[in-house]
Amino acid sequence: MSGDLFITGALLASASLGAPTPRSADATRGDVLVRDGRIVEVGSLTRPADLPDQAVVDADGLVLLPGFVDLHTHLREPGREDAETIASGAAAAAAGGFTAVLAMANTSPVTDTGEAAERILDLGRAIGLVDVVPVGAVTKGLAGEELAELGLMARSRAGVRVFSDDGRCVQNARVMRRALEYLKPFDAVISQHSQDANLAGPQACCHEGELSGRLGLPGWPAVAESSIIARDALLAEHVGGRVHVAHVSTAEGVDVVRWAKARGIRITAEVTPHHLALGTELVAGYDPTFKVNPPLRPSEDQEAVRAALADGTIDAVATDHAPHARHDKEHAFVDAAFGMLGLETALAVVAEVMVESGRLDWSGVATRMSAAPARIAGLSGHGRAIAVGEPANLVLVDPSARHTVDAADSKSLSRNNPWHGRTFGAAVHATILRGSVTHR
Amino acid sequence: MTRHLLSSADLSREQTEAILDTAASMHDVQRRQVKKLPTLRGRTVINFFFEDSTRTRSSFEIAGKWMSADTINLSAKGSSTSKGESLRDTVMTVNAMAVDALVIRHNASGACQQVAQWVDASVINAGDGTHEHPTQALLDAYTLRSRLGSLDGRHVVIVGDLTHSRVFRSNVITLKTLGARVTVVAPPTLMPSGVSAWSAADGFATSWDLDETLYAGDAPDAVMMLRVQRERMSGGFFPTAREYTVGYGMTRPRLERLLSANPEAAILHPGPMNRGLEISADAADSANSLVLDQVSAGVAVRMSVLYHLLAGDGSEAAA
Amino acid sequence: MPRPDSAATDGSDGSHSAPVRQPLPGQPLDPTGRDVLAASDIARALRRIAHEIVEHNKGAEDLVVLGIPSRGVELAHRLVDLIAEVEGATVPVGALDITFFRDDLRSQPTRAPMPSSIPAGGIDGKVVVLVDDVLYSGRTIRAALDALTDLGRPRAVRLAVLVDRGHRELPIRADHVGKNLPTAHTEKVQVRLTGSDGIPDVVRIAGGDR
Repeated sequence: MSGDLFITGALLASASLGAPTPRSADATRGDVLVRDGRIVEVGSLTRPADLPDQAVVDADGLVLLPGFVDLHTHLREPGREDAETIASGAAAAAAGGFTAVLAMANTSPVTDTGEAAERILDLGRAIGLVDVVPVGAVTKGLAGEELAELGLMARSRAGVRVFSDDGRCVQNARVMRRALEYLKPFDAVISQHSQDANLAGPQACCHEGELSGRLGLPGWPAVAESSIIARDALLAEHVGGRVHVAHVSTAEGVDVVRWAKARGIRITAEVTPHHLALGTELVAGYDPTFKVNPPLRPSEDQEAVRAALADGTIDAVATDHAPHARHDKEHAFVDAAFGMLGLETALAVVAEVMVESGRLDWSGVATRMSAAPARIAGLSGHGRAIAVGEPANLVLVDPSARHTVDAADSKSLSRNNPWHGRTFGAAVHATILRGSVTHR
Repeated sequence: MTRHLLSSADLSREQTEAILDTAASMHDVQRRQVKKLPTLRGRTVINFFFEDSTRTRSSFEIAGKWMSADTINLSAKGSSTSKGESLRDTVMTVNAMAVDALVIRHNASGACQQVAQWVDASVINAGDGTHEHPTQALLDAYTLRSRLGSLDGRHVVIVGDLTHSRVFRSNVITLKTLGARVTVVAPPTLMPSGVSAWSAADGFATSWDLDETLYAGDAPDAVMMLRVQRERMSGGFFPTAREYTVGYGMTRPRLERLLSANPEAAILHPGPMNRGLEISADAADSANSLVLDQVSAGVAVRMSVLYHLLAGDGSEAAA
Repeated sequence: MPRPDSAATDGSDGSHSAPVRQPLPGQPLDPTGRDVLAASDIARALRRIAHEIVEHNKGAEDLVVLGIPSRGVELAHRLVDLIAEVEGATVPVGALDITFFRDDLRSQPTRAPMPSSIPAGGIDGKVVVLVDDVLYSGRTIRAALDALTDLGRPRAVRLAVLVDRGHRELPIRADHVGKNLPTAHTEKVQVRLTGSDGIPDVVRIAGGDR
């Protein structure tokens, strides 16, 4: 593909496009012409004579959105290429409508140097399906003690702007404070996995409540999340730094974020599709497919994160795509690995929970799955409006593509898919990275 | 009868009573010179213990042998790392040998339930983490029935580390199934999370105050003292052993006051006991103590469980 | 959960190669059947058996009478009462459940065993009289002999049955028979006793080709 494309008859997610909700009356149909990876014309266009048939996309009935940006992806390479590679993860991302993914640092070795970050960037570029943006570790080896080479990672070719020890929380308040402070010159952000290890230790794997009591599983209380969010918000305020709350999962956590934002603190937050859609009761059968960190929460928390995503308290949807080999999941529940797949199903879940319920329109989806995460991650080429001059990083969504998820069909190398067997109403039809179709 | 025994909730009242009735017949066998029944001849029972437990393992082993099953003990360390063989691979290796039953003890809650979804054999939960221990609850019920007769309307108090107790979780189910009234007592730090909603849903009472529970007019028919792991103290669940004993131990004065209200009150403990911590020597060795009866009932109850799960063709009887 | 052991009564050992499913105890008598023994016949038969037992044993010494649940137990108690009338001696009586010794456990739902009760003196060196209501394939008695072996070593074992309906599958015969009843496999023999069933004693044959 040369980066030339003619998209005809798409519903454009500008203004307040709301298909398939009643607001779909506002939808604007239009054609988009892409040359050399950039949008050159938008409107009611005539197909240019020089474009071959394969460069024409019939988008009748499809919604055109800016390509999705995932703030939170685990690609497992280097170190666990049996679970996922950058190639397989990139393919899954493209299939999910993503044009950029932030690859978490908890690989082996950990992404805690500029060289390690550049290597991931280069591997991603070589594959070319999605922009793979490395996240840098906050502390060396994710050990939570000494700062990693934050500045060298920021100044590297990878230009790291998001730092995270994800999988672990930066427990030590002094270390967190120094990291927030040190990163100020780079306008970088720390994405914190908010989990007070004294309140929710490494064994904690079930939302603390009646169910964890009945099942005899170590509880993971909401306060272990909200207390760290509150601490980090106040640290960010104190030093003038930027903090991002990874996978907020509780009503209390949302309340703290809302309070911090009202106070003017530079705080942002993300929620995962699984915390939007899946409840703690799924753990009752001890199926490790539903073991994730933070754990699935009760319906009150699900309601709270949905409302917060709708009102903007939560800025972005991020998948926390966490592939695991079968033999790491087929342990007793407390011994099994944390995490579930998410890249390929994110749009379908968000459409069901947020759009089909009327909580968000499609431009709202564009904001939360593209514009906001791109802004948080400092990605200037993603999350842009569908307008002349902008890079053609796009996704075409079919809002009425009823389908049932089959874990066996995944592009991921892993099968820890909590969505297996579920039927959704919307699907990604095609993904376009700088004018090239990366998934169709 | 069910194919597996994973939770005490798998058993209806009728099924629970049938197991206890059969256990009485088994108890007779135990007193004979020839302690062997041909009933499970040709069946293979694997005692698969991922966690050490001499008491429960030997009890299941004797039960299997007295029923003429081929009984084999396997032990494995519960793998808590991703490096070791997965639980599924471990049990599927055994399953491939076409065994009839897997008696599983595991340090992780829910492990037996997971295994039951993978294997062809009947799975019997011999204690899974801090979840359940259904055969212990059955032998406790058997012991109580032998002493008290019907448990309908009887008041049973369970005291101790409820958070980490699989004995409590199974007992509260079995006792309620048999019509008993149950009160559970623990300091707030050893109450399972969400216990207020749970107790309301399942119809048992909770209390932080042992004395109030024992002497508030509704004198218990039985008091079950749970073992307190000394390592809980380092977890900060309570300050000192001394303070625990004062608040929640079956001390001699407490025993005397209990027996003055109900001279027939039974004292149970699933063992092993921390004498002087949760139970005084006076209570453990008193005529009201059923501790040794519990041990003695263990084999008979497990014979009965093996019989009911394995002897038939696996179908539910008509009518 | 199974009902108390049922197939040992009603003339089937529950183990027959082509068993006809028999009604459970307490189920109604088949109204189309014909009565072959009335209450008076049964009383007469038991009295004769009691005499035979004492005569054969040359008295009541060392006798132990064990009924096989469920109706064999009632018959055993009646026999012991009759022996007491005849001999003025109290013979130890008990129940011997054979559920754990059955050879057909695996082909049907799990049965709950009935209580066993062995008299205090045990059975070592005694003459044990096993009592059952109907002798059919012989498998119940085979199981009972196994059960006895585990309890001790009797000097002799004798068998008393109210009805012998034939069709033996094992080399087993009764020493004392209330009535020999030629039957077809397809027929069922229903025994009802006042103490067990709450209706007047009767033995009825039902079903079959006629």
